[in-house]
Amino acid sequence: MAYAAGVDVGSTQTKAVIIDENRKIVGRALTDTGANVIQAAQNCFAIALKDSGLPEEEVEYVIGTGYGRYKVTFGNAQITEISCHGRGAVHMFPKTKTVVDMGGQDTKAISVGPDGDIIDFCMNDKCAAGTGRFLGAASMALDIPLDDLGPTALKYNRPVKISTTCTVFAESEVLSWLGKGKKIEDILWGVHQSIASRSAGLMRRVGVEDEVTFTGGVTKNVAMVKALEERLGKQLNVSDDSHYMGALGASLFALDHIISSRTPQLEKENA
Amino acid sequence: MNSTPENKIVGRGNRDGAALFRDWYNDLSQTAETDGRAAYVFVMGSLNEILKSFDMPVVFPEINSLQTAVRRVAHDYLDEAEDHGYSPDICGYVKADYAVQKRGGEHPMGKIPKPSIAVLTNACNTYIKWAEIWERMYDIPIFTMDIPGTRQGGKPSLEGSVDFENDRRYVEAQIRELITLCEKVTGKKFDIDKLREVLKNTNSLHSSWEKVITLNQNTPAVFNALTDGTIFLGVANGLKGTPEGAKYFKELVEEMEYKVKNGIGTLTEEQYRLVFVGVPCYPIFRRFNELFTDWGGTFINSTYLWFASGGANRGFQYDLEDPIKSLSIGLLMSVRDAMDSMFHQEIMVESMVKDFKIDGIIYHPIKSCRTVSTGLADSRYHLSKKIDVPSLFIESDMMDRRVVTEAQMKNRIDAYFEGLASRRQRMGAH
Repeated sequence: MAYAAGVDVGSTQTKAVIIDENRKIVGRALTDTGANVIQAAQNCFAIALKDSGLPEEEVEYVIGTGYGRYKVTFGNAQITEISCHGRGAVHMFPKTKTVVDMGGQDTKAISVGPDGDIIDFCMNDKCAAGTGRFLGAASMALDIPLDDLGPTALKYNRPVKISTTCTVFAESEVLSWLGKGKKIEDILWGVHQSIASRSAGLMRRVGVEDEVTFTGGVTKNVAMVKALEERLGKQLNVSDDSHYMGALGASLFALDHIISSRTPQLEKENA
Repeated sequence: MNSTPENKIVGRGNRDGAALFRDWYNDLSQTAETDGRAAYVFVMGSLNEILKSFDMPVVFPEINSLQTAVRRVAHDYLDEAEDHGYSPDICGYVKADYAVQKRGGEHPMGKIPKPSIAVLTNACNTYIKWAEIWERMYDIPIFTMDIPGTRQGGKPSLEGSVDFENDRRYVEAQIRELITLCEKVTGKKFDIDKLREVLKNTNSLHSSWEKVITLNQNTPAVFNALTDGTIFLGVANGLKGTPEGAKYFKELVEEMEYKVKNGIGTLTEEQYRLVFVGVPCYPIFRRFNELFTDWGGTFINSTYLWFASGGANRGFQYDLEDPIKSLSIGLLMSVRDAMDSMFHQEIMVESMVKDFKIDGIIYHPIKSCRTVSTGLADSRYHLSKKIDVPSLFIESDMMDRRVVTEAQMKNRIDAYFEGLASRRQRMGAH
């Protein structure tokens, strides 16, 4: 049995996935990236190996992806996370035509073909508005842990409208709404709606076609899923492994490499 | 380096172009040092020919500004203009020039003379506001040439039509007004034979420029439209109407023909032939190009080579028997062409895709030029409905390094090429 791995070094978190020849996930890991990107990739991969119970030498090919893809020093090749998210999403949800990946510092809208090939893509531009960082700013301003943001926001009754698109200014706007006596859940739902609006705008640029798969760290946030679904008027594909989609896509590309490099040998044997 | 015929001819255009460009700035510096003045003009409809017939040195403030970015000092100039109250959102070219003027002409290429007159067209709306700054600063006349557009979407005024003739006469009347103004500014009488001489040189440059661009239809491409092309553009603008400019472009045609004949491409291994739409990213000019060439991508053509040469790509030939009438036709057609290649890119890009065997289109909207960037997304969408060529939309700036993020840019470009590669593989499989 051959094994392949993908290591997705994102701006906030690093993800690693190991798959077997049947494309089944046998190990995964999620760690904070921090300042030492090389170390983050190594640690994350080591945890994924431990999770799989495999020794390192069993993993034949590793592909690095994400902003830190060139820092996956033990990797064999690099592919952008845009290609990897597309590939991972189509593998997990084969009818996917549009992917929205919401990460710590960027949001990507990707239009994909039947094999997960990129047809078109669009990203937020030099500004973290509409990304996970926007939620981070709200979490700081309201002193609520990130994991609690979604469930709290869903308790909204009379949502406020967050007008700023700047992540830094959003914090002061959140505080000003608090000063006006607005409830935390109403402010938070406004924050989620604001992000959904920006993300939907990106998605429309590449075209929103069914099915739509939501990937990246923010998929864990139930309110974000609901806000995006409401904004798009569509149900989104989300899974427990959506956070790992980039690493999964990278591992699938790695497996492609193993299989394609093996084919001539097999042909020779069959001949 | 040994002096084989190949070493002498290959790369000559870039070497000689850079030298001519430096000489041009040295001449301008000398003018400035002796308190001489120059005509300030713009790339889209410079009217160089009229001004040169009066022996007026010409200054292209757009080129001065982009040079501050190429030489990595633009931020100093932009900061200075912003300290005077200019917003970060205003055209970076205007702000860098404003700082150059405030510094008494101090510029990385030398010293820029003050203006005696500013001549502009309506090809860019910012030109008009920009010239008003000099009018207030130096109390000089500014002359705005109003060039009627093609009216693409409605009833195009094409050559040979009554509307075209009306437009032409309107332009000719303005050229005659400009001549009177130049006589007043310089104290010299207009010499039509001198204009003929200048136009003869321009004819030569125009025809060579058209040939150079067409030679890139060959595979491999013989020049990079972004990097080499910008050097050619500098000469095409600054030395238009001069014997040196004409000679340079004649030799450039020879070089490109030599490269075609010997199969010498601009890249050792050309993988993808690209069109560039917009204005270059000057703050990281070379690096920006490398992000594409690293993948085997070469810029074969660009709308910039068309509009920033003032439409010289048309190869228009002036009739020396009737120079002013002919100038009005040439100006009308070339400026309209420049405007169309800036505002109706889909028309130009579609023709480039067909003629130059293009694999991909790179749209580069820039933050500080709304004129050139506003319609780009719509133009891209419109074109994507007509032709199936993958395109990339990346935004940065032509001047301001604060909005140029290489890491983000690289990510998008890498993903774009990954898509191109898988598309090629897929198409090859069918």
